[in-house]
Amino acid sequence: MTIAFKINGKPVKAKSEPDTPLLWVIRDEVGLTGTKFGCGQALCGACTVHVDGQPVRSCSTPLALVANKQVSTVEGLSKNNSHPLQKAWIKHDVPQCGYCQSGQLMSAAALLASNKNPSDEQIDAAMAGNICRCGTYVRVHAAIKTAAAEMRGAKA
Amino acid sequence: MTNKTIQDHAATAQTSRRGFLKGSAAVSGGLMVGVVLPVSGPVQAAGLLHTPSAWVHIADDNTITLISARAEMGQGVYTSMPMLIAEELNIDIQKVKVAFAPPGKVYGNALLFGLQLTGGSTSVREGYDKLRLAGAQVREMLVAAAANKWNVDPSTLKAVNGNVVGPKGQKATYGQLADDASRIPVPEKPAMKDPSQFRIVGKRMTRLDTPSKVNGTARFGLDVKLPGMLYASIEMSPVQGGVVKSHDATAAKAAKGVVNVVQLPEGVAVVADTYWHAVQARKLLSIQWDEGANANLSTAAMFDGTRAALASGVPIPHKKEGDADAAVASAGKVVRAEYRTQMASHAPMEPMNYTAMVDGDRVQLVGPTQWPDAVQGAVAKLLGVKIENVSVENTFLGGAFGRRIDFDYVLQAALIAKATPGRPVKLVWSRPDDMTHDFYRPLSVHQLAAAIGADGKPTAMTWRVASQSITGRAFGLPPEAPDGLMTEAATPLYAIPAIRQDVVKHDAGVRVGYWRAVSHNMNAFANESFIDECAAVAGKDPVAYRLSLLDAQPRMASVLRQVAAKSGWGTPALAGRFRGVALMEGYDTYMAQVAEVSMKDGAPVVHKVTVVADLGAMVNPDTVEAQIESSVIFGLSTALYSEITIAKGRVQQTNFDGFRVMRHNEAPQIDIVLVKSSEKPGGIGEPATALIGPAVANAVFAATGKRVRKMPLNAEALAQA
Repeated sequence: MTIAFKINGKPVKAKSEPDTPLLWVIRDEVGLTGTKFGCGQALCGACTVHVDGQPVRSCSTPLALVANKQVSTVEGLSKNNSHPLQKAWIKHDVPQCGYCQSGQLMSAAALLASNKNPSDEQIDAAMAGNICRCGTYVRVHAAIKTAAAEMRGAKA
Repeated sequence: MTNKTIQDHAATAQTSRRGFLKGSAAVSGGLMVGVVLPVSGPVQAAGLLHTPSAWVHIADDNTITLISARAEMGQGVYTSMPMLIAEELNIDIQKVKVAFAPPGKVYGNALLFGLQLTGGSTSVREGYDKLRLAGAQVREMLVAAAANKWNVDPSTLKAVNGNVVGPKGQKATYGQLADDASRIPVPEKPAMKDPSQFRIVGKRMTRLDTPSKVNGTARFGLDVKLPGMLYASIEMSPVQGGVVKSHDATAAKAAKGVVNVVQLPEGVAVVADTYWHAVQARKLLSIQWDEGANANLSTAAMFDGTRAALASGVPIPHKKEGDADAAVASAGKVVRAEYRTQMASHAPMEPMNYTAMVDGDRVQLVGPTQWPDAVQGAVAKLLGVKIENVSVENTFLGGAFGRRIDFDYVLQAALIAKATPGRPVKLVWSRPDDMTHDFYRPLSVHQLAAAIGADGKPTAMTWRVASQSITGRAFGLPPEAPDGLMTEAATPLYAIPAIRQDVVKHDAGVRVGYWRAVSHNMNAFANESFIDECAAVAGKDPVAYRLSLLDAQPRMASVLRQVAAKSGWGTPALAGRFRGVALMEGYDTYMAQVAEVSMKDGAPVVHKVTVVADLGAMVNPDTVEAQIESSVIFGLSTALYSEITIAKGRVQQTNFDGFRVMRHNEAPQIDIVLVKSSEKPGGIGEPATALIGPAVANAVFAATGKRVRKMPLNAEALAQA
């Protein structure tokens, strides 16, 4: 038995058991390791991916729930760092250890997909679920504003 | 077809990081022979690699790989170490590849006893001269190779942007010269640039690892994948120090995908074809524990024992000038205070993990560690193999903060792999495994007293701390020996005519580890809270009072004046906002902070933190700022929220719900001023962590009149104050 879904636009049929957390299917079966394991209990956001455009914690999402859905991961933003968020992350030199940044980027991408001019409070609310022990929050915040400006077509 | 798709994905994810590159065998530079260079960059050199120095590898195709002998755990060495080498090598820093050093004596850290250890904010301080020298040596070797080739005087040649050029238009790339250069003796005293000529060092530089950290390609320990790899999950004793008495793995062994069950002294590991299968089968284990001496341990008992040790323990002298005890005993006005700091977990975002393969008498180790040569030696000893048969490849570290100095998880992986020979095994801890089996920041209790003179200044101070020696545990430092890692920043820079300081070592029961800024955290909390208390008793402004005691410390005084100016000290804050100040010299860095807080629901909210740092010469000012931002947030988590507590020997916090850390919406504005300086470089990975606690505590006093003498500074602590 397999479960079919699309990841970053490509179809896959996963053989893992239906209750396997999506995180481990993405990492160990599909082989995309950008999505990270941080807490296993949807508390830290390191494993954030999009399912049909919505940010979800893949560590706590069973594989069965994504049958026939579209999953996107950090690798789906772009491979050549051309996504406005990736460019802004580089411009502001956001990552330190970098481990949580895939999740930060995916939460930010979900925010900007629906709101290209978020307020400080809206950014706070969208990003409060993504822990960074290196404390890159100030730069994450600034980079989201830069990316939003680019996506609006404004000067950063 | 879908299998093919999955394989394509897997191939894409793995091709970029295949295997090892062999250095160009015997090297006559005399520094390194037959080095095996792990390549972690996205592109490998196509040509043969030449190794004129342990720090520089140049391929025929002019791909230049520079070595970082320090582990990248977020602090920026993947960029700052190559910057130092590239400065004198005269190459484009943006075009170099970077690799982490394998274990090797040449990569030892002179500031940490020659160990190949990343810690103590030492990387730039130790590498600043050494790595520029290494770059200059290779540059001169390349020039000498060109001079031989063209039969000209080397002084007529220039090394520019990866080429050696001659007066008659001769030109050769470093790649074309590297083979010859590798045979030239290493010059001892190559010409070095004056700092005014630097074009890389001291300039803001985009980190070299950033591109790989925004598209998922950076390789952390968790991402290691070797052919035929299995996955392990380990159930460890719920009480630290406990061991397995017996276990029944019948059900676990029958579970899907399980390949092996391995009993270690401290736990039982399940090895399976996937991580999730290992985790599921682990739940089926039945284990009887011998919980050992800590079975009834509690935080309250640990604090009580530590406090009692202040009176009953053996004090180890740290500093003595004059007769401070007599002065305090006879003084008319005395300030006394006791301070407590809590236990804390490192809790890096990447839980402990490591990959090991044992194949006959050879061992392959891949994963994140702050101390690769110790890992190599310890695994060799544990498995009874020759040290040269143990290879160690370091990955990016998903945070460490001192946790990955210890390598308990590496030894576990090695033992599990030994019991599963011929197959690589990746051991992955869960977050609860990680949080309940840390080496914790030790708790501490300080007792301070000061005699206050007629002018309000302290005339004498007595100071004693009781805490646990990490260095005793980690390095076997004898109990009676002074432990420099318990007395960091212990002696205030203030002019105090008589002082007596000593340390009581007390083993409170749990295993303790080096936690970002180590004892600076406890000592700065006590000292900078206490001087604030003295200022209040003297009726003086906290900044003015400190300045009046810093006449002999011009760098510190200057930093304090600057932080006062930048933070608006002495001018009205926004309604409901209050400021607190703290300062310290640590890691050769002079720093002061002002925290601006308001009170909400009986606890402080931190709105703004102003930091001024004089850390001497800098390599990458942007990274310096990032490390200050990082340290402030890291310190705030523990200053405001988090604490590890023990009940019945068990750590009570198992994840980020119980161990609360600062989140995005709670992060303050952070204003930073870096003092321009040509003094020797200071460390910056840690000091700001230690100052934010007392700065906030002093702001809370300004806001409420309450002196909170313990961390975390939460509503409960305030209610008790």
